[in-house]
Amino acid sequence: MSSPIPPTLIDLQHLRLDDARALLKHAGQDSQPQPGEAPLHYLQRLIDGLSELSLKDPLTGLGNRRYLHAALERAIETVARSGDAVLLLLIDIDHFKHINDAHGHLAGDQVLQAVANRLALCVRPMDMVARYGGEEFALLLPNCRPACGRTVADRVRAAIESLRIEVMPNTQLQVTVSIGGAYAPEWVRSTTELWIERADLQLYRAKHNGRNQVMLELPQQISVSAEEKGLLFSHLLPLPEPETAGQQPDAAPETAGTQIPRVIA
Amino acid sequence: MNDVVTPPAKQQDTGLHAGTVPLKPHGKVIAVTSGKGGVGKTFVSANLAAALAKRGHKVLVLDADLGLANLDVVLNLHPKITLHDVFTGKAKLEDAILQAPGGFSVVLAGSGMVEYSRLTPEVRDEFLRIMSSLVPNFDVVLLDTGAGISDVVLFAVSLASEVLMVATPEPTSLTDAYATIKVLVGQQQRQTVRVLVNQAARVGAGQAITHQLQQVLDRFVVTDPDRPIRLIHMGDIPIDPEVRQAIMRRQLMMQTTPGCPAGQAITQLAIKLEESVIPARA
Repeated sequence: MSSPIPPTLIDLQHLRLDDARALLKHAGQDSQPQPGEAPLHYLQRLIDGLSELSLKDPLTGLGNRRYLHAALERAIETVARSGDAVLLLLIDIDHFKHINDAHGHLAGDQVLQAVANRLALCVRPMDMVARYGGEEFALLLPNCRPACGRTVADRVRAAIESLRIEVMPNTQLQVTVSIGGAYAPEWVRSTTELWIERADLQLYRAKHNGRNQVMLELPQQISVSAEEKGLLFSHLLPLPEPETAGQQPDAAPETAGTQIPRVIA
Repeated sequence: MNDVVTPPAKQQDTGLHAGTVPLKPHGKVIAVTSGKGGVGKTFVSANLAAALAKRGHKVLVLDADLGLANLDVVLNLHPKITLHDVFTGKAKLEDAILQAPGGFSVVLAGSGMVEYSRLTPEVRDEFLRIMSSLVPNFDVVLLDTGAGISDVVLFAVSLASEVLMVATPEPTSLTDAYATIKVLVGQQQRQTVRVLVNQAARVGAGQAITHQLQQVLDRFVVTDPDRPIRLIHMGDIPIDPEVRQAIMRRQLMMQTTPGCPAGQAITQLAIKLEESVIPARA
């Protein structure tokens, strides 16, 4: 193994840094060496800046697809062992092509920026927003219990619907979004591709069903009603165990009817 | 990207959600499953296999926990060839069969099985092919399934003639075991589920748990009167420091301390299975 190169051996004259400098300058970052800044330090700063740029969507300032994949991979690793509930939402602007066609691409860009800003505003600090591509966005919501998933997704949908986006003086646009969501698979180490595919299938259902709506993949677990639990534990535990109540999402209105088919053998 | 959304390319129906029974279960295949993770499913599989092997049976443990296998950890094996290599065509099935410390055979999933943690028709067919060539060569095949009730777990269970449900007295474990039994009854028309209670705190605790599960099933799960669900209590494994010792040392308890209380319980389980499930040796 070679030892680290002493800073004095780097001669910036030998490196072609113009493209990197231009990229950073364009992104509003300081791209020139500070007076007296060591070449190694300067190079590190350029690399850090480029790394940051490589994860960002230039139009909206959100994380890009690369950033999303990295975040999904981290979430999968965590969930595989913790069993934590992590929800991925894919959000697609409805009839975006019409906006471009009717008002021009600049207006389209303004709509994308407005939607991105609103998305970033309506999530918790721990959540992650990314532009997945085109007019499609992604939200990653850690610690989002299945009982809350639909409420959160519908709040996002309503927040976008309530936006009035001024693309030209006296021209305000209103857009809607379709949202598809899927939870990270519990207890298995799955792949980001499969997870996105599952959310994408739900997005397709939302579009197909008439747009401006939310479709979530129902969690695999079968809920057990409070009544069933009551009998299940009645003779085992003389003392009530309050923490068991939160284990299963039996309060979820959207799962209660559809998910538990009356079992008839 | 315009507004026309194309459906994702590969979305096949696995058959399980349609309520169909995928295939006829193989004889002498026992699925060891649990609902909740971390209740000792893999520990039971490995030590039960050793107990059965000691009693003269030719036993195979198949790591069916494709997403998060850890049988290799429990057995302290570092296999060169795994189920993953068989799935990808890199190795023959015969070469993936390893000899485990307890005198039984084992096929390990391998970490590459991540891609197979979802049940596609290809995974299903390959799994079926593997099972049908393995089963005739053994007296008993134990399927160590994953936790939860994913389609892969349900599929693995559907390949077994018997289900051994491992539960602990904890409410979360009981709830998940109950939910899993409900699904097995509803989707696979199972009538018999064998229950093993791990980490039982006192004598008779397991029997009471099985009885309680049976009562809740009778009350809340509607079945054909001719086809009632029957739980069979297969025993309790008492809380025993030797279990933890063996796991920490990555040794098989049935090899190091077979006479400890938990070891005796596993032997009793093996005998009970012999009496009810495992065909007598010719």
